[in-house]
Amino acid sequence: MEESFDVAIIGAGVCGANIARRLSAYELDVALVDKEADVSFGVSKANSGIVHGGFHHNRKLLKARLEIQGAMMFDRLKAELDFPFVRCGIVVVALHEDEMRAVEQLYAQGVENGVIGVEMCSRERMLDLEPKLSGDALGGLYAPGGGIVEPYRFVFSLVESATRNGVRLYTDWDLVSAAREGEAWSLRAADGRKMRARFAVNCGGLFADEISRIFGAEAYSIKGRKGEYYLLDKLTRARPDRVVFPVPTSLSKGMLVVPTVEGTVLLGPTASAVEDKGDSATTRERLETILRSARTMVPDISETDVITSFAGIRPTLGEDFYIDASAKVPAFIQVAGIQSPGLTASPAIGEYVKDLLKKVGLVLVEKADWDPAVPKAPRARDLSLFELDALAAEDGGYGEVVCRCERVTEAEIVAAIRRGHRTLDGIKYFTRAQMGRCQGGFCTYKILKILMRETGMPWSEIAKHGRGSTLLRGEL
Amino acid sequence: MRELSFDAVVIGGGAAGMAAALELDAKGHTVALVEREERLGGILAQCVHSGFGLVEFDEELTGPEFAERFEDRVSGRPISVFCGCTVLELSSGEGDKVASCISAREGALRLKSRAVVLAMGCRERNRGNIRIPGSRPAGIFTAGLAQRLVNVEGYVPGKEVVVIGSGDIGLIMARRMSWIGCKVHAVVEILPYPSGLTRNIVQCLHDFGIPLYLSHLTTEVYGRDRVEGIEVAPIENGALIMEKAFKIPCDTVLLSVGLVPENELSRNAGVAINPMTNGAWTDSSLMTSVPGVFACGNVLHVHDLVDYVVEEAGRAGRFAALWLEGAGPGREARIKIGPNVRYVAPARVEIGRDNKLYLRTMIVKNDAVLEVKQGGKVLLSSKRNHVQPSEMITLTLGKTELSSVGDLPDAAIEISIQ
Repeated sequence: MEESFDVAIIGAGVCGANIARRLSAYELDVALVDKEADVSFGVSKANSGIVHGGFHHNRKLLKARLEIQGAMMFDRLKAELDFPFVRCGIVVVALHEDEMRAVEQLYAQGVENGVIGVEMCSRERMLDLEPKLSGDALGGLYAPGGGIVEPYRFVFSLVESATRNGVRLYTDWDLVSAAREGEAWSLRAADGRKMRARFAVNCGGLFADEISRIFGAEAYSIKGRKGEYYLLDKLTRARPDRVVFPVPTSLSKGMLVVPTVEGTVLLGPTASAVEDKGDSATTRERLETILRSARTMVPDISETDVITSFAGIRPTLGEDFYIDASAKVPAFIQVAGIQSPGLTASPAIGEYVKDLLKKVGLVLVEKADWDPAVPKAPRARDLSLFELDALAAEDGGYGEVVCRCERVTEAEIVAAIRRGHRTLDGIKYFTRAQMGRCQGGFCTYKILKILMRETGMPWSEIAKHGRGSTLLRGEL
Repeated sequence: MRELSFDAVVIGGGAAGMAAALELDAKGHTVALVEREERLGGILAQCVHSGFGLVEFDEELTGPEFAERFEDRVSGRPISVFCGCTVLELSSGEGDKVASCISAREGALRLKSRAVVLAMGCRERNRGNIRIPGSRPAGIFTAGLAQRLVNVEGYVPGKEVVVIGSGDIGLIMARRMSWIGCKVHAVVEILPYPSGLTRNIVQCLHDFGIPLYLSHLTTEVYGRDRVEGIEVAPIENGALIMEKAFKIPCDTVLLSVGLVPENELSRNAGVAINPMTNGAWTDSSLMTSVPGVFACGNVLHVHDLVDYVVEEAGRAGRFAALWLEGAGPGREARIKIGPNVRYVAPARVEIGRDNKLYLRTMIVKNDAVLEVKQGGKVLLSSKRNHVQPSEMITLTLGKTELSSVGDLPDAAIEISIQ
């Protein structure tokens, strides 16, 4: 018996998750599907994790308007959803005279966009705001409202909230066909699973063009643009207090120095076109470029602090986001080309798409019992010894430290698994276990055993990130 | 929350911690030994190969056998052992030191003591640390993690193996993987000489026909979901020759690219760290920059052999006992690092007694001469048949050699290898 939904959202990245959560407030049956083993495993997992300052883009663009609106929604979302987010502020550093002129233009754009608190900074003001900056700084711009967020944790919280309010999540659900049958779409996954939905939303990220083709909707082509990153140990001396931006170029916002919410430092991203949208390999040359560029702004950065490197792919389409009801097929909303500032804009995209769906005929009736909050998941690293003692008295798992580098206890791993994160990467993104300076050298085998115990999965099914990425090849 | 007091708390229940705790106990002090795993022994539990104990016991033991001898000694003594107990924080204020711990059984615990011995060991460097570019598939393990999976958990991490780095654990694992029916295609080392012990090169690679590529850099990892291979390129006269790069297909990569002392707790307690060893700076009595806090074993500097670890740890235990009794070191001289020496541990010697020193060289050389000088005067000159960075050098500086060190307030003796 195939299930029927009012809305099917294709893609459980930050856009799909925000839309799902927004729709969960109404009397609707909503399905959120993703081809990966867990949510946020695409574009949303590997990006800079910035809530932007609203000065980078002109207001005539939809993405600028959604960015400004979205940025303002984060405080409330954090209060409801308990994900790591801090408004630490953004500085844009000018290192040459001509860059100061570019900063003046950014400032004017920020003022026009209505950004609160944006200011022009002298050299002295810059170094006062961010003492880690190079003495070569001539001045710059400060946007106190800018912030940092852990993007996958944001998605996990949104999806958890959505599913607690009735949204059905389907992972490993890889859409292969969509046909309009009567008043609904009939959708089929690669493994044969089927569902029907009156409305469909394309949040396919890098593969939105492919989803659009499957629906017989508009033809367009999403190009991948790779961004490589370095991650530095918490102990680095180079951790700034604020997000440090260079002066942007016409192509990108440039390579940043980001103090992550969890205490590490992120450097990057580069920007290079890739043919293969699954190619997230890092390269020696570009990683060297990142270090060179980042050091011009924050000279203390040292390669000995590097704990890992990775790459993410941005889905690029045109200059602006493409968010609209399809003109070609009925009851189909396109959410495509969501590159930077997509994460910042995503809560506003949720609102915008909800309104688009209403416009094309979806009836919205508010739920009386919608619960915006998700229960807090305790994190040992945020607790005092007394708090941890109290938790351990109830559940000994809080006394068992599994990941020593990030101080993650067994109870937190179990909580991640019970929330549906059943791959090593899923557990990593939810808990931070394997994310610290030893990169899983000490805790991987422990997590493996907990996963097998909690889920009943055999060793042969334990995978890093889903199909094909199994960890073990035999038993002695 | 329980709070307990001891004369000394030893952090880490591996070989070093057990050896230090035994010495403290032997001198009549109350000792707590804190271990985060469920049993004592540390990393020895997964080192099922033999080659341990030749110095300490004059016989060849496996890792678990070596650990068991110390466990038996510990269990025969009134040492308070806390297993499954993780130290979260170490504070060292004016009075007692406090180790704040958590365990599943007991919840939070505060262990107070006058002296602390740091014996937390080391961790493996990983892919990120050496910045190997490429994709991020499953199938990349540090050699120690693979060793744990095979020897303790009973799993085969992969069948077609390449080892990056020629550290001892990587060499041991190349042999171990061959024994369990895997094909080890190569060991790839960036340096022109191996990083592991010569005996391991012979017994683990030569005896199994495993090729060792010296002066080769790993330039790429392939494979989206699971490793499919790596690309390596030779380094000739300091330059990477990409035209000679070649691909080695494999489904598994083991990394053996060095070890780093785990000093997060030490830093937390204000202990000053020597950037050359990544371990604490200590005086001649193995006491760190924080009075009453001692360090030994792989958390102080990475050793080749567990036999050296327990020797050093025993000394740390005895010095900690002396400190508890109010006796610090007498007049000391600072060690100055001379040509071709990477580091010397400890970094100071006490003039009135024999001093055992461990050092590493930066060069590979036959018929080398180790020289200890003060000013222009040679205090000791010792011939060594062969030196190389991977083989730790031991040196005893006797009080007779040191007797001529003058009464200068900051006397320094220089150790060099020529």
